[in-house]
Amino acid sequence: MTSGVDSTTQKSTSDSDVLVAVDGLAVHFPIRRGIVLDRTVGHVYAVDGVDLDIRRGETYGLVGESGCGKSTLGRAMLRLVEPTGGRVVFDGVDLSTLRGESLRRMRRRMQMVFQDPLSSLDPRQSVESILVEGLRAHGLDQGRETTGRRLRELLTSVGLPTTALRKYPHEFSGGQRQRIGIARALTVEPDLVVADEPVSALDVSVQAQVINLLADLQRELGLTYLVIAHDLAVVRHISDRVGVMYLGGIVEEAGSNELYAQPLHPYTRALLSAVPVPDPLLEDRRERILLTGDLPSPAAPPSGCRFHTRCPWRQPERCDTERPALREVAGGHRVACHWAEEIRDGRIQPHEVRPELVEEDGLLSPDTALTGPASVTEVLGP
Amino acid sequence: MALLEVSDLTVVFRRRGEAPFTAVDGVSFAVEPGQTVGLVGESGCGKSVTSLAIMGLLPRRGATVMGSVRFEGTELLSLSPRQMRDRRGRDLGMVFQDPLSSLNPVVSIGLQVTEVLERHRGMPRRQAMVEAADLLDKVGIPDPRRRLDEYPHQLSGGMRQRALIAMALACRPRLLIADEPTTALDVTIQAQILALLAELVRDTGTALIMITHDLGVVAGLCDEVNVLYAGRVVERAERHELFRRPRHPYTHGLLASIPRLDAPRGERLVPIQGSVADNIPWDHGCAFAPRCPRALEACVEITPHMGEEGGRLLRCHNPVQENQEVPA
Repeated sequence: MTSGVDSTTQKSTSDSDVLVAVDGLAVHFPIRRGIVLDRTVGHVYAVDGVDLDIRRGETYGLVGESGCGKSTLGRAMLRLVEPTGGRVVFDGVDLSTLRGESLRRMRRRMQMVFQDPLSSLDPRQSVESILVEGLRAHGLDQGRETTGRRLRELLTSVGLPTTALRKYPHEFSGGQRQRIGIARALTVEPDLVVADEPVSALDVSVQAQVINLLADLQRELGLTYLVIAHDLAVVRHISDRVGVMYLGGIVEEAGSNELYAQPLHPYTRALLSAVPVPDPLLEDRRERILLTGDLPSPAAPPSGCRFHTRCPWRQPERCDTERPALREVAGGHRVACHWAEEIRDGRIQPHEVRPELVEEDGLLSPDTALTGPASVTEVLGP
Repeated sequence: MALLEVSDLTVVFRRRGEAPFTAVDGVSFAVEPGQTVGLVGESGCGKSVTSLAIMGLLPRRGATVMGSVRFEGTELLSLSPRQMRDRRGRDLGMVFQDPLSSLNPVVSIGLQVTEVLERHRGMPRRQAMVEAADLLDKVGIPDPRRRLDEYPHQLSGGMRQRALIAMALACRPRLLIADEPTTALDVTIQAQILALLAELVRDTGTALIMITHDLGVVAGLCDEVNVLYAGRVVERAERHELFRRPRHPYTHGLLASIPRLDAPRGERLVPIQGSVADNIPWDHGCAFAPRCPRALEACVEITPHMGEEGGRLLRCHNPVQENQEVPA
């Protein structure tokens, strides 16, 4: 968000530049059926083999549609959900090796800002008590006076009056509540802030205030952000680098300008072409890549390339059988598509796709009693 | 004559122990057959209440609806509940934001679609089922015959919204009101639904009222756009005009505050100060004045009237000048 240099030009990254390294991360939620016999009948592959690096001081944007696993990935990186496989290295420390107190101490350095500020703030706690809680938990409360000064500073920096300390969450508007949520994350002076849909619950005119605030705080405090959002325009605006997720995996990753100027993966192309733009002239002559059908169930992901069931550029055989690896095609531009170069150069033309029926109950046979959740969005909520 | 003519529509909600709240404050607009009219605004601007008032869906107790809503010359507000029930579904269709809560979870999709056909078009069950499958097919639901026996929870969000559109279209209404029809959906699904709505308007000549907070959706779909703020229309123009030269500071501010995919990245956004809650009542001045960067002294004292200028309606004492382009 703040680095003047486009991050795609910084090709040589030494290990010390990387704050978080994610390696083959997987989160599979078991689907359980039965009351007496509690058996696992399948898995929801929410996150399935993700590699990514987040560099110090940058903003990494993660986009994708609902159910693609972007929130689960964010949570798994902080070990708020336990990963099934792979590892997350935070500032040189493998988080999966940490237990109890050492994990708790590490958590001070990574904080989270949630989507809905009203449901993530305790309605019966005053703002002061919400902010102090984190400080106390990490032993950073240094007496009434120092802490009081720190809290007032914090509120000023997120643009709230210091009188807010004695108020309760319901007394604020949506935008102000989100500011409280951000202040809470910052009390313990974290290195990494994971913001999961930080502006999607806010009104359009207020979104810009919060986006600007996040940018200012990053510049002042040297924070590293992982911003998870479904709004591509917002993500492009605030991110240095962007990863696009589809069904549990990253399909494309590049510098923000690069990705939006030349999307290589068919899914990214479709996604970008689908975003409405507030310009009638552009809207009138724009060509949309309309995807047919729905996101397949993450409990029964398609074989081969996960996007092949909806891909207008799908080629016979290879797309159906071989899962493409995320490979570098240009400096800092990684894409998981067998045919990325051919599509870019126009050697493969898009064709029509017949929508496939998406079975909400996934791999289960129709006669199995449906009692559990049917999709990953149902498991996790929005 | 316009198909629908809303004039001076006002909705006041009574509140226990508090002063009554005017959610819609003298809204007027007209819709011609085959035209798409947009109502745009943020939460609390009265756009959804306007649509509910047109459909006669506001509670009788607690809400007072004044003004006039004429559909082909008939005053809808003076119809009895029974007469209104005949109109709804037949002449007026509605698509809501959240398809899951607008569908009955314990009734199959087929039954919910055929209900409309049996009620309004007097079709026998068997024929209605065939017609229902046809409708689902038309809105792009694959394997419609099988879907008829399924329940809402078995359908994805996009499919549910399609089913809802199929129900709204079952009686070929001449007016369709879509209240944030794509807000709950992902962008790729949103693009599908918007393309479907545009196609329906083109092919059937249905008039469409599109209610949304998303200026991008409006830019591609609506012929005429009404921008609402605190219950009143503050600016109305043909869409190309509105986006090329937004004159009201609120419209201008909205366009400047959204990050855009079509503009160079990295420029700082210009937010509108404050939040939608910082209003002053319209009868004391301009409701937007506390947040307005162009506010004059007159703005907090004299209520601005709607003025017309080259086909554009504008309610502002100090509008943005013609030559001032949107900071893109």
